[in-house]
Amino acid sequence: MSGIGTGYDLSSTTYSPDGKVFQTEYAQKSVDNSSTVLGLKCKDGVVLACEKLVLSKLLVEGSNRRIHNIDRHVGVAVAGLAPDGRMIANRAWDEAASYKRVYGEPIPGHVLCERVGSYVHLFNLYWSLRPYGATILLAAYDKNGPALYAVDPSGTSLRYFGTAVGKGRQAAKNEIEKLKLAEMTCREAVVEAVKILHKVHDEDGKKFELEVSWVCEESGKEHQRVPADLLADAERQAKAALEDSDMDD
Amino acid sequence: MGQDGPGDLTMVPVSMGTTIVATTFNGGVILAADSRTSSGAYIGNRATDKITPLCDNVYCLRSGSAADTQAIAGYVQHFIAQHQAEENDRISVKTAATLVRTLAYNNKDNLSAGLIVAGWDKHGGEQIYSINLGGTMTQVPFTMSGSGSTYIYGYADKNWRPNMTQEEAHDFVQRCIRYAIAWDASSGGCIRTVTITKDGVKRVFIPGEEIPPCFGELPREARVG
Repeated sequence: MSGIGTGYDLSSTTYSPDGKVFQTEYAQKSVDNSSTVLGLKCKDGVVLACEKLVLSKLLVEGSNRRIHNIDRHVGVAVAGLAPDGRMIANRAWDEAASYKRVYGEPIPGHVLCERVGSYVHLFNLYWSLRPYGATILLAAYDKNGPALYAVDPSGTSLRYFGTAVGKGRQAAKNEIEKLKLAEMTCREAVVEAVKILHKVHDEDGKKFELEVSWVCEESGKEHQRVPADLLADAERQAKAALEDSDMDD
Repeated sequence: MGQDGPGDLTMVPVSMGTTIVATTFNGGVILAADSRTSSGAYIGNRATDKITPLCDNVYCLRSGSAADTQAIAGYVQHFIAQHQAEENDRISVKTAATLVRTLAYNNKDNLSAGLIVAGWDKHGGEQIYSINLGGTMTQVPFTMSGSGSTYIYGYADKNWRPNMTQEEAHDFVQRCIRYAIAWDASSGGCIRTVTITKDGVKRVFIPGEEIPPCFGELPREARVG
């Protein structure tokens, strides 16, 4: 790994001769090496799903939260360094709360995403700060309908129909492209999301658990964890699909 | 305050003893106002425009201290312009009213302003918000304010109804102002109305001479020249 940006990668206030800021790129690597997180925007809402590696048998199931509520109608899923992601989620919470206080209305998704993007970008500008090593996927259901955004460590914020970040992102994005999201409901998309996460999971025997949330018509346009029975059913279908494809080989 | 007669006119606050009325109808709102600004017995402006745009689709009616309401409207126009730039979309009526309310509430000790914010937006349709002296904001289908409004509660109770047509609503509000002007010394001049719908904004101006006199009033002189 040494030699990639030799000399030009020591601070985020230094450009390389080919115009890169290496510190930002390294922060992006932090996200690329973390466990997979994906988001799907369907016709009636948005689904967020995280693969969480269980690092120890001593951990209580469901701890190590990767999906956070920002406001009733907005949630974020974090990929990369978890504490960094928590800071960004906190800022998003702050922005949403202050918007509601000043303007009397829930913050629209595109406004929140731009504010979070500016905040994350800030950390790429100064020598005394390091860029955040986290990408957040933002699911919002505002008066203009459902929307999915991703904010990466450089502060770029983009709006997606579907996207994935982390270790399994390439394989996951290939699977997502095959889906017809515009015709799917969130209930169906949850099953697809779980199937994808099971499929792209590194088969090195490590146990993993899933954290899946949605904001859609069925949830009353509120961001919530997916009901336990739906999640269990989706896991069953995912495992069955994996076995099927194993048998085909 | 303890003067007999107007006394020193430079010290009497400029107030819009006023009649302002706003109503929703099927598809929009109509804002109506008289046009008198007075300091004591002196009429500072007999053709005031008390209907002020906050942005393209939201207007406000101002009553109370003329200076205070102009200042509030000015700030809110600025905040709305900023907000629309960030939002990249038209502001909602509720948000515009919230901005007015925040100013009124946080500065209640120094202001004397009663505003009515009304407009049309694509998510909520036609809406009216009444913001009083303390900074209370309430959404209402019809409201009136100002010194002249007290004289027309009877008329309004009897004649207001929800879901009027635009013509019915316009006739109703201009009568409200007309009857208030007849009884309230602090209201007078002409009647101005502004109608806001999804198709835009329409202003109507009814000069004083064209207002039919009420019972007991002498007929107005025709305009000379």
